[in-house]
Amino acid sequence: MSVKTKPAKGQNGMKEIIFRDLKMNRDAYLLIIPVVLFYLLFAYKPMYGMIIAFKNYSPARGILGSEWAANFGMEHFVSFFGSYYFLRILRNTIIISLTSILFGFPAPILLALLLNEIKSERFKRITQTISYMPHFISLVVVCSMVNMFTSNTGFLTALMPFFGQERVSLLSQQQYFVPIYVLSGIWQEIGWGAIIYLAALTGIDQELYEAARIDGAGRWKQTLYVTLPGISGTIIIMLLLRLGSVMNVGFEKIILLYNPSIYETADVISSFVYRKGLNEFQWSYSAAVGLFNSIVNFLLIILFNRISRKASEVSLW
Amino acid sequence: MEDKSTGYRIFSVFNVLIMLALILVTAYPIYYVLIASISNPVELSLNTQALIKPLPPYTLSAYKTVLDNPMIGKGYLNTLFILLVGLCFNLTLTVMGAYFLSLKNVFFKTPITFLIIFTMYFNGGLVPTYLNIRDLGLFDSLWSLIIPTAINTTNLIIMKTAFQSIPDSLVESGRLDGASHFTILFKIMLPLAIPTLMVMVLYYGVGHWNAWFNASIYLQTRDKFPLQLVLRNILLATQASGDMMGGIDTDEMAQMAELIKYALIVVATFPILCVYPFLQKYFVKGVMVGAIKG
Repeated sequence: MSVKTKPAKGQNGMKEIIFRDLKMNRDAYLLIIPVVLFYLLFAYKPMYGMIIAFKNYSPARGILGSEWAANFGMEHFVSFFGSYYFLRILRNTIIISLTSILFGFPAPILLALLLNEIKSERFKRITQTISYMPHFISLVVVCSMVNMFTSNTGFLTALMPFFGQERVSLLSQQQYFVPIYVLSGIWQEIGWGAIIYLAALTGIDQELYEAARIDGAGRWKQTLYVTLPGISGTIIIMLLLRLGSVMNVGFEKIILLYNPSIYETADVISSFVYRKGLNEFQWSYSAAVGLFNSIVNFLLIILFNRISRKASEVSLW
Repeated sequence: MEDKSTGYRIFSVFNVLIMLALILVTAYPIYYVLIASISNPVELSLNTQALIKPLPPYTLSAYKTVLDNPMIGKGYLNTLFILLVGLCFNLTLTVMGAYFLSLKNVFFKTPITFLIIFTMYFNGGLVPTYLNIRDLGLFDSLWSLIIPTAINTTNLIIMKTAFQSIPDSLVESGRLDGASHFTILFKIMLPLAIPTLMVMVLYYGVGHWNAWFNASIYLQTRDKFPLQLVLRNILLATQASGDMMGGIDTDEMAQMAELIKYALIVVATFPILCVYPFLQKYFVKGVMVGAIKG
């Protein structure tokens, strides 16, 4: 570990450095080998498996034995881009994702700012503890609660007449899926999401508030000019992480909540891949759709990271 | 902090009201499940409004049905097995990986770090992952829920950050005494990183507890289903609710089915809701460590 990298002289110098490193850090390498094997086997082997997107995969022939798809292997992509589903699931993925970000991202920040203004430590702590309770309820249970409360006899459905709407099972109506998805997400994660911002708030230098007060800033101005800039780094990192998964709408929640009558607004890329691949066994076609999704997502992460690094010098790597 | 203006006072009052509303909105659905589960099934099926207290006459019959169902007990046991064995794998591999990544002068650290971090941003996707598990012969085995999830890269980074935050002087002095990597890891670093290790136990533990999707695609034998998958099959797949009670006529069955769902949620959720307030300091610590850039 204390290998001092001497200026390497050609191939021999390099070899010597590597040799000494392997000798001195042998135990460290012994520790990492199982970890590397884990990643090769469970992360990189599936990446290699992605080539079935360009083949007509049949389980009997295996990945290598299956023949290449038509159109230079692009058949499944061509048929996906040309299908009716392409625009629908792309649109739904983007709408659900952006709506979640638009409402779900600021919600915990707002909660943290409000909690920060609560003077009674006890009340603050109790509110916080209760606010992250839903985070500990499993997704299956949350979705079944949503299902029951929005059924035609559910108590949430009972509120609909107040808004001049019919009293019908909300999850059978296309227009309610996105609001239900987003609101239940906020309900479950707002308190948990606020923790990180509360932590960032405690890190703000108190003297800055002092200085702002001397300058005659009220509490509102202090929030605007001291508090928000103080947590902006955290906000940007969290936003980057969130934007990085724009194309990865959590399909577990989607497939727990949706039903065929609302596919028009509820079906997203990942749930489509799940259905085509694991229910209808169109292996190669769904792998192609999944690959398209992964690539777009990867490019978006690189893009957002670059924008952020230019604009704010905050980046993921 | 002090701001005595009228505007701020009005805000403070509203702020407290907003927080009270938040508490209500958060806790009410959970309270509703609890009171619905002991209500009279007939009354409950007629009711369509929000409830303030259970509908009499109270009954615990739904709990009896739930606890008599062998699938629930089996589900709990399977989840417990996955949780305990899974945690052993999680902790061992995460600590091993994190130790290596926390080292400063190791020649192959950069490529290995890249190999690991890259998987956070790009993965093979659902179908190739599924086929991989099948090719590895893990299909319909509880190991398919344990081994492929042995390392969560985010958790690995949190653990690495904890190791890195241990003062160099401590590690350095050990090294001068001729301590090996194993000694440094087990005798110096791990004892100092116990709070983060607790965070790992809780993060991985909650992950195993909540997981249902992998079980639903990899497992076929019903006796192997973990609790959450059993729940999914009863709570969300309507045709499966008949499994819970053979031989009751349809009307009564439908009313009872509703009640049983509520009781089931209580049985499956309350253990964790009773525990989390006491563990929250570890969770909070985990979020804060995780926030530091890896």
